[in-house]
Amino acid sequence: MFKFLFRTRHPGKVDIADILSWAWLFFGTTMVAIPIAWAILSSFKTEAEVNSFPPSLVPKAAETIELEGQSKPLSVWEWHKEGEESMRVALIRRIGIKATVVDIKNPEQTYQVPISEITQVKGVHFEWKNYTDPLKQFDFVTYIKNTVFVTFVATILTLVLNSMAAFALSKYRFRGKNAIFMLILSTLMLPLSVIMVPAFIVVVGLNLADNLWGVIFATVATPTGVFMLRQYMLTIPDDLIEAARVDAASEFRIYWRVVLPLCAPAIAVLAIFSVIWRWNDFLWPLIVLSSPENYTLQIGLNTFQGQFSVQWHYILAMTVIALLPVTVVFLLLQKYITQGVASSGVK
Amino acid sequence: MKALIHKVAEGLDRLMRMIEAPTLVLQKKIGIHRMGYVFLAPNMVLFSLFVFLPVGLAIAYAFTGGTNMLIWDRPYVGLENFSRLLNCKNYMEPATCEFDLFWTAIHNTWWYTLLNSIGTLLMALITALVLNRLVRGKAFFRAVFFYPVLLSPVVVGLIWKWFLARNGLLNGFIENLGGERIIFLLEVFWSRFWVVYISIWFHMGFFTLIILAGLQAIPSDIYEAAQVDGTSRWRQFWRLTLPLLMPNLLVVAVLLLIRSVQVFDEAWVLTDGGGPGTANTFIVQFIYQTAFNSEVRLYGLASAASVLMGLVLLILTLAQVWLAKKSEY
Repeated sequence: MFKFLFRTRHPGKVDIADILSWAWLFFGTTMVAIPIAWAILSSFKTEAEVNSFPPSLVPKAAETIELEGQSKPLSVWEWHKEGEESMRVALIRRIGIKATVVDIKNPEQTYQVPISEITQVKGVHFEWKNYTDPLKQFDFVTYIKNTVFVTFVATILTLVLNSMAAFALSKYRFRGKNAIFMLILSTLMLPLSVIMVPAFIVVVGLNLADNLWGVIFATVATPTGVFMLRQYMLTIPDDLIEAARVDAASEFRIYWRVVLPLCAPAIAVLAIFSVIWRWNDFLWPLIVLSSPENYTLQIGLNTFQGQFSVQWHYILAMTVIALLPVTVVFLLLQKYITQGVASSGVK
Repeated sequence: MKALIHKVAEGLDRLMRMIEAPTLVLQKKIGIHRMGYVFLAPNMVLFSLFVFLPVGLAIAYAFTGGTNMLIWDRPYVGLENFSRLLNCKNYMEPATCEFDLFWTAIHNTWWYTLLNSIGTLLMALITALVLNRLVRGKAFFRAVFFYPVLLSPVVVGLIWKWFLARNGLLNGFIENLGGERIIFLLEVFWSRFWVVYISIWFHMGFFTLIILAGLQAIPSDIYEAAQVDGTSRWRQFWRLTLPLLMPNLLVVAVLLLIRSVQVFDEAWVLTDGGGPGTANTFIVQFIYQTAFNSEVRLYGLASAASVLMGLVLLILTLAQVWLAKKSEY
């Protein structure tokens, strides 16, 4: 491991550039990892721990103990006596700066101690309730369902519609083909931000406002997808299609049974990106959806943080849920994603 | 998961068999090559509805006033929306303009675009150069730097909001070092700083990959020849790498400009919608607020602002296409 990490371009020689490079990589990795790891770890903290300062890294919670003769579980504290060994005690009540504690080993024995002499004992504790509570009390289950629906349907439609268009543009000769292709390409430079107002008006006109289908339909015809698949289909020899025609296959069957399976690698890349895009979408659903039962996870999360900005323990847990699928997809398909970006500049 | 994929594939197959029959009839009627139109049709319908029609509408709405949504209920006002947006005594002072928020947004966007583009380009270039040097571990570090690109803007906004919170980790560090806690997102300077910083953090990996692809396209025998001539590494960078990479870098720079002008999502989440005050209100946010988030929905004014922004983006895109064409040779 050590050898691997410190391998240099010229064996046996470490020059300044190597040191600087590794310093940059180390620095960059920390910059990326710390905020994310910190948020994920914090999502397992109890409400009190989330709000405490100075912040701790590991999720911890106050330890409690049930003692004979006490009706409620008591919190465990450490009593630092001057010149003596410290002792574990349980707190019964606290009035002003005086606390009444009970010796854990000897539950009959109670003491009056100044609170400056005691500190609370905390143990590592993962608060799973942060994840289950919002799902029960708030609409997060609905948001997740909506997001899964949008992501799933939009991705299928994206793949089918874009591959059909790409098939037409790569394997047929018809009038206006190049003009249509240029027209589609030119929409690459039309970001949603420029046309969001009239696009919303169109959605209203189609009676799809505040409807998940309004979110889906506006996003499935992507110039990126058409372009990517067309370039890929150009590499499929036309002879193959001619052969299928000789065998009396219908044009639709040729698309579905011959061309599409051969495009699997390109389809897979587009599928990965479509899933990531749709899962992460924010501005367009924000415009189209207005009632909470139709919110997607991203919109729900943003609204939730606006309304309950003190409940960070819930916000962070739901944030982790929102980043989880994308992270899993990335960990599994990292190679294809980075290659897809490097070769075609999608995202 | 596998069962689900299988089920979906099966369902799609059944659907396709159903679709096949009518297309066959159509095919016999119109001939094989006109089937191209049939395959294009669904996509073009959606394109027309959600892209081409909105472009036309954006221009049409920009010349209308009032608060009605339907275009035929809206009075034609000519260039009034544009002249109101551009009505300004001193363009450097948003307060002297009729729509001061618009000009504040323009100034904010302009500064953001400048800082974000330079920052991202530099960071991505350095990272790509470092990654390109690596003998091993390249895939791992490429993945690390790229990962944030895939996160959603809401997630990025919330993670950083928490990191920068009053009792967040950063303030923990600061207090540990003997400093005072800072409420970062309520101070104008700091909130602006973090919006730019987080944008760089968020999108840098994407541009790193693109520059890295450019670096790897430089033939290695050029360097071998330089090595034989005894050219120093530093000189190799300035005289070979940078000039050979320049077309690629210019394309990346324009791409960065195009994206920066459209800043919205992560800044919106991070700053609770542009705060403190209007310190982080950008143009897209102005359009969004004017059209959807205010008492009177001023579609005409928002469309006029969209058209102006579209023109800027059009110029930048033409520059990018031109540069991309040039860099191919």
